[in-house]
Amino acid sequence: MTATTTSDRSDLSELGRSEASLRAFLHGLPGVDQVGAEQRAAMLGTRSIKTTAKAWAIDLAIRMVDLTTLEGADTPGKVRALAAKALRPDPADPGCPSVAAVCVYPAMVEHVAEVLRGSDVHLASVATAFPSGQAPLAVRLADTEAAVAAGADEIDMVINRGAFLAGRYGEVHDEIVAVKAACGDAHLKVILETGELGTYDNVRRASWLAMIAGGDFIKTSTGKVPVAATPPVTLVMLEAVRDFRALTGRQIGVKPAGGIRNTKEAIKYLVMVNETAGADWLDPDWFRFGASSLLNDLLMQRTKLRTGSYPGPDYFTLD
Amino acid sequence: MFEYAPAPESRSVVEIRASYGLFIDGRFVDAADGAAFKSVNPATEEVLASVAEAGAADVDAAVAAARTAYERVWGPMPGRDRAKYLFRIARLIQERGRELAVLETLDNGKPIREARDTDIPLAAAHFFYYAGWADKLTHAGFGADPRPLGVAAQVIPWNFPLLMLAWKIAPALAAGNTVVLKPAETTPLTALLFAEICAQADLPAGVVNIVTGAGETGRALVEHPGVDKVAFTGSTEVGRAIARSVAGTRKKLTLELGGKAANIVYDDAPIDQAVEGIVNGIFFNQGHVCCAGSRLLVQESVAEPVLAALKRRMAQLRVGDPLDKNTDVGAINSAAQLERIRELSDAGDAEGAQRWSPECELPERGFWFAPTIFTGVTQAHRIAREEIFGPVLSVLTFRTPAEAIEKANNTPYGLSAGVWSEKGSRILWTADRLRAGVVWANTFNKFDPTSPFGGYKESGYGREGGRHGLEAYLDV
Repeated sequence: MTATTTSDRSDLSELGRSEASLRAFLHGLPGVDQVGAEQRAAMLGTRSIKTTAKAWAIDLAIRMVDLTTLEGADTPGKVRALAAKALRPDPADPGCPSVAAVCVYPAMVEHVAEVLRGSDVHLASVATAFPSGQAPLAVRLADTEAAVAAGADEIDMVINRGAFLAGRYGEVHDEIVAVKAACGDAHLKVILETGELGTYDNVRRASWLAMIAGGDFIKTSTGKVPVAATPPVTLVMLEAVRDFRALTGRQIGVKPAGGIRNTKEAIKYLVMVNETAGADWLDPDWFRFGASSLLNDLLMQRTKLRTGSYPGPDYFTLD
Repeated sequence: MFEYAPAPESRSVVEIRASYGLFIDGRFVDAADGAAFKSVNPATEEVLASVAEAGAADVDAAVAAARTAYERVWGPMPGRDRAKYLFRIARLIQERGRELAVLETLDNGKPIREARDTDIPLAAAHFFYYAGWADKLTHAGFGADPRPLGVAAQVIPWNFPLLMLAWKIAPALAAGNTVVLKPAETTPLTALLFAEICAQADLPAGVVNIVTGAGETGRALVEHPGVDKVAFTGSTEVGRAIARSVAGTRKKLTLELGGKAANIVYDDAPIDQAVEGIVNGIFFNQGHVCCAGSRLLVQESVAEPVLAALKRRMAQLRVGDPLDKNTDVGAINSAAQLERIRELSDAGDAEGAQRWSPECELPERGFWFAPTIFTGVTQAHRIAREEIFGPVLSVLTFRTPAEAIEKANNTPYGLSAGVWSEKGSRILWTADRLRAGVVWANTFNKFDPTSPFGGYKESGYGREGGRHGLEAYLDV
């Protein structure tokens, strides 16, 4: 799929009605050449972003962070502290923007909601038996509803990789549709877990499948498998949202998650967004970073640009 | 909007002297008659340096020095010792890589990203690769004890000045020859810096000689009776003249000449990567590439989406200051080349093809040409037949694989070609039928010292690179 004029916009939702038409469509997408995709991602990584461009990119990246904690050891106290940091990432500088969202397990949502109430920071929760998704559908839907009821306005779901890899695209599709319905007004981010999909062709197909099924965002990873977000995977997903909008008129967001730890990497992703999907995606509504340690490096680099020197790590909060 | 702030590479990393002599017998000397010419930065028209212009007497001295070095030092030296010098040169190219990259960009106009990431690393890689062969020539498949030829006269073009130097000098020295090399008159500076590197590596005097100058210098060199081997990379026109002049002599000849490569995109191609390959094929190094994919043959059933994607991608190309690390397309190498590109593009308009370029602001000074595609091109158009050697792509369509082959081969050239398809059998079927020396599948403009490169038909003969590249410098 490549650019199409807006006059012949297609409604792809019909495709989900039959396994055969869904399969025909997904397998009819142009292939991804692995070497070429990796070469393009590497080339974009050589862009040199300096001075004013860097300052602009750092502030944008902070505004795009989904500040995340997904540990068995999370407690109400821990997630409240994280939420406070999301609101005011740099206590020393009131000019520092808030992050996009806080992302926690469903059981922690109510505690975060107390802190974020009245702010613009979104509250995201991973649901659907995160990270494996290996639970009965009814359980996954209940998980989703509970998170929304507790105050989450964004749900990060995982797709059923077992069904996807077995070629049961209709099942994956219908489950996403069901979760989307359970979300109500909450935004749905669909985690493809690209590290388990094996090929870029699969990443492209899973992206289209998630978009056709009604996802608002496509997200790379749970952060719980060895391979998380990579630049070429994100490149393929950015091409998918670009082409999907050209075909249907609907804009879908992209969220690389896991493994993005410093400012330099984050800026490479922003360059890739800029030169692949385009400037329309350079906004927290359309691009997010799922990360925990990234934020402090962004803050440190931000301070360095403003003051000319690196403050020690102890000047940034470890929440 | 994400505006990238200027990110200029520092030009102070390289010291450019006001004037350069000829490098003969290990020393820099002025031309016997004192003649000199100027080398300019094509991006600004600023004069970079004055460079000695070698006449017949200077060429004579250079060939004599090469002969002496061949007979007394380099020829008798064991291969393992020659290898040591070549490895040393390779390492010095890497160590001084930033300096060489900046100088190449200043003198040639190519983007610093390409000089830094392609030209210089590949030049070093060629020296490393052939250094490895120097003591293993008996295993190269050219007999039990292959002998060098003697003195090699080498004339190289301006599009990849240091890289073409490496392609020529590394195999020649590895095989035991000595060389006299003439760089192009618009881009002599990295060859002269390379001469400094030879001195720094303690390479014996006379093994490498650099004579700068234009066509007359080149003619004096290739016609010199004291040379045993002529290697030329450049235009088909000059290549013909050289072939005539060495006919009937003992000189062995290899020619790497022009091209008009077809880049074939089938309807089952990986479209996003094919678009990258098309862009890389024709806009890499401003299209100053003999193997450039200057004819896009796209299957008619996908022509519309491929062209839409190509135009969208071309709008992202950053044209301008070659020293800016974010520049994708730099300056045209010379006023003369710019004139040729304009003339052929105007012929494209006149013959009825449709011209398209993305909006881009070109600098006022210097030599510039916006990335351009022509659609509605037919085989009869000049822009489909003649080598433009600039950032100008001619787009043709085809209906069936057989028609793609027919059009791709319908050219007097035969240097390179590209095939884009996700279907392995179609790639092999196509590659078998393409009359081109190099066929790239799902990629383009990929170079590696281990891989032979060269053309057939009017694109020349002989191979450079790989084991095959040694043959040109051995008496076999």
